Amino acid sequence: MELYVTEIAKFVIPLILFVYTLEAFLSFRHKNEDQNKVLYISQVILIFGMQIACFIEIIARTGKAKYLFFFGFQILIFVSIVVLFYIIYPDGNKLIINNACMLLSISMIILTRISYDKAVKQFFIITFSFIVGFFIPAAIFRYNLLKRFTWAYAAIGIAAIGVVLLLGATTNGSKIAYTIAGITFQPSEFVKIVFLFFMAGALYKAESIWELFLASIVAAVHVIILVLSKDLGSALIFFIIYLAMIYISTENIGYLVLGLFFGAFASVVAYKLFRHIQVRVAAWRDPFGDIEGTGYQLSQSLFGISSGGWFGLGLYGGMPSSIPYVEQDFIFSAIAEEFGVIFAILMTLVCISTFVAIMQTSYFIKDKYYRLIASGAGVAYIFQTFLTIGGGSKFIPLTGVTLPLVSYGGTSVFVTILLLMIVEGIYMIRVDERNIAIEKHRKMMQERRSFEDEGRVRQR
Amino acid sequence: MKMREELDRDKGKEKKPKKKIKSYPILVISGFYIVLFAAMLFYIARYSYVNRQTLMNNNYNKRQQILLAQNSRGKILSRNGDVLAYTEEGSDGKDKRVYPYGKEFAHVVGYASNGKAGIEASANYYLINSGAELATKVKFDAEGHKYPGDTVTTTLDVTLQEVAYNALSARKGAIIVSNPKTGEILAMVSKPDFDPNYIAQEWDKMLADDSGDAQLLNRATQGLYPPGSTFKIITALAYLRDNNNDYSGYKYSCNGKFKDGEDVISCYHGENHGGVDFITSFAKSCNTSFANIGLSVSQKTFNQTLEELMFNSELPLSIAYTKSSATYDQDTPRGEIMQLSIGQGTTGMSPIHLNMITCAIANGGVLMKPYLVQSVTTEDKKTVASFEPETYKRLMTKEETDILTSMMVAVVEKGTASKLKGLSYTAAGKTGSAEFNSNSDSHAWFTGFAPADDPEICVTIIVENAGSGGSYAVPIAKRIFDAYFGVE
Repeated sequence: MELYVTEIAKFVIPLILFVYTLEAFLSFRHKNEDQNKVLYISQVILIFGMQIACFIEIIARTGKAKYLFFFGFQILIFVSIVVLFYIIYPDGNKLIINNACMLLSISMIILTRISYDKAVKQFFIITFSFIVGFFIPAAIFRYNLLKRFTWAYAAIGIAAIGVVLLLGATTNGSKIAYTIAGITFQPSEFVKIVFLFFMAGALYKAESIWELFLASIVAAVHVIILVLSKDLGSALIFFIIYLAMIYISTENIGYLVLGLFFGAFASVVAYKLFRHIQVRVAAWRDPFGDIEGTGYQLSQSLFGISSGGWFGLGLYGGMPSSIPYVEQDFIFSAIAEEFGVIFAILMTLVCISTFVAIMQTSYFIKDKYYRLIASGAGVAYIFQTFLTIGGGSKFIPLTGVTLPLVSYGGTSVFVTILLLMIVEGIYMIRVDERNIAIEKHRKMMQERRSFEDEGRVRQR
Repeated sequence: MKMREELDRDKGKEKKPKKKIKSYPILVISGFYIVLFAAMLFYIARYSYVNRQTLMNNNYNKRQQILLAQNSRGKILSRNGDVLAYTEEGSDGKDKRVYPYGKEFAHVVGYASNGKAGIEASANYYLINSGAELATKVKFDAEGHKYPGDTVTTTLDVTLQEVAYNALSARKGAIIVSNPKTGEILAMVSKPDFDPNYIAQEWDKMLADDSGDAQLLNRATQGLYPPGSTFKIITALAYLRDNNNDYSGYKYSCNGKFKDGEDVISCYHGENHGGVDFITSFAKSCNTSFANIGLSVSQKTFNQTLEELMFNSELPLSIAYTKSSATYDQDTPRGEIMQLSIGQGTTGMSPIHLNMITCAIANGGVLMKPYLVQSVTTEDKKTVASFEPETYKRLMTKEETDILTSMMVAVVEKGTASKLKGLSYTAAGKTGSAEFNSNSDSHAWFTGFAPADDPEICVTIIVENAGSGGSYAVPIAKRIFDAYFGVE
């Protein structure tokens, strides 16, 4: 019986995700959200379908009833999130919220399998994040005065990561977190959002090169502090956000090229200066060369990804725990191992569809300030995804960042949910812009028509 | 002209007004990441698929244990279906690996505890996986058994293996029998040997043994020996390449010794071959003539020949082996060149390497990739993988192999391998008596194939410390050829 369940689940689960992913990309065909209603509802059903399939497999394999309750709570919360969002923000972007729920439910399943305690903890953080997050789109939509505090954002950001550099505890050789009242914060994650607002504020009305220069200085201070904290992943993410926003703001590809050259140069210098970067690059080139030392993590991760084959070893069929920090930095490998490479690829495609949705929003919005924030958020999201998946699969050197929404880690999931909710707020502003434009157009047409009518009357 | 412009303009009007691009940078960035992710996902899929066996076989990968806990190790079969290794559940519930032929296949089939070797190592991935159908798995599960691991069918032939094993008798050495047209390895023997059924019990004793027996070493692939006169095949090839395949003008007068300054080369047991040409030098295995030939070949050609014949480099083999070594650079002194030309000095060669070169000669110059596993099947007889003959690369031209073959036939007809003369099949080959110490003790070599005009089987033999190749290795070759061609 157990065997049948797990063997069937092996194929059903990727199939569900395949249909889901297909629908995600199909939704881009229509500009009008109403036409996508069926797709979105079907996606929600698929999310629960997948959760049910996975939990049947978990229970078949473990025989533990406690998972059943946990599963029930999850269904309850995810249903509430989707229903509440659809009701409170009928104009919000439903693909982004659906994708978030899909990725979070994948996260809950794999975390439950790796460590039940961590899964429960993560579950509470997700719930809390959405409670806070639900206020965000409304706040963004209503309060235009966020635009005013540009330099305050710079000060807050630099202060927050500066404090970590000076006082922070060292974890994994890099200073990235501090603990207040038993809760560990990772300020660089929060500062990412503040930084987006700063950059947007500094750039949206910048005209002179001097203003660009000033923004660049502040951005450089952020990056340097992060490099000194040995938080290379975050440093890279900030740099890439900065580059993308400068380019989008100025529409001048010269800045991008210049920035990339500078970035390449800085990387070479950093490589020469810092031993820990050299170690990571060496481990990337040949993880098996020093398999007992620096290459251990990456080799174990590669073993994981490869051992599952296309359809995975099934939940509890693999050994994801043999990868150090699997639930944070190598969650992708754990997923590939037990759900299979096809599933892992589809999941990545879901992440890409979120990215495309965010970039689409920023493309169509007229207000440049929000365009910059949205596109910055999109780049932050996709680049972090790239760093963690690429790092765990030997595509690029390992930087040790989390996979947004999927990895274990309170700050990461909280900040990502906030980020997506900010995008939702911006999306609503764009819908509003469009409605106003349509209204205007209609009025104009009406006026013209009545004018023409009048003319006709006169002619008579 | 004007009309046309107007027409165009009208056409333009009919079309929908072009969409204005709102932000190029956003399109560029989005496009960039989509391409980047496509490349990454492709890389991940490809990397994990292509390297799945190497990664699974890595000793640091604990996932092997998962598979072993689920599946019982699969069977290893000979080409005719004889069971060479299988797993049975012991009375204590633990799996026990059984090797019905005991010592006979010890090195080539290998072992799976205390590390892994041979086919047990190279086909490990298949043996520990089970591709059995769901219903079969359920059946095994219900009976309280593990799932059956997949079955590996080898290219090995039990008859030839037994003939080779017995022919080597109590001597140390190695024998390889292969099919030059396909690259299939039909038999592989190495002695001294061990009984893989008792590998765990004997392990410590074998490791502690320092008598030089090195029982665990597969001499056929890992042993490095001075090739002695068998190396003259390579020297001859280098000469042919240096002289546009024209050897008709070569003449040498052998008086048993060749002097070049301080350095002296003598023929085996000081024999005096008198006036010899190129073919006779080879057939009689005249050392002095070959020292002369070696010196006449340009360094560039000789070295290039060594490189092309895979000296000092990797061989296309899936089981553990040692790289052969032979050097000839600009600084090599003349004395060493002379030693090299007759396969002595620092030159070292593994029997499998010599077998590959012989196979290439037998196959018109093309080396087929040697292989030991021909197929992998599940319990339900479904094929998981099958391995077809595969061309590795061309080592020499057809013209060169024709000449070399005629020379190797001459070795049989009028030279050192005369024990193969006048049989129902025509054999071709080269003997060697490789001296390995200063007392003129020698290893007996033979490498060759039959039938000479359409080779089906290729044999390489080394018998350690036996004496001359003609007396000790050639008779073994005869027994193997006889067995293959069904001669009583």
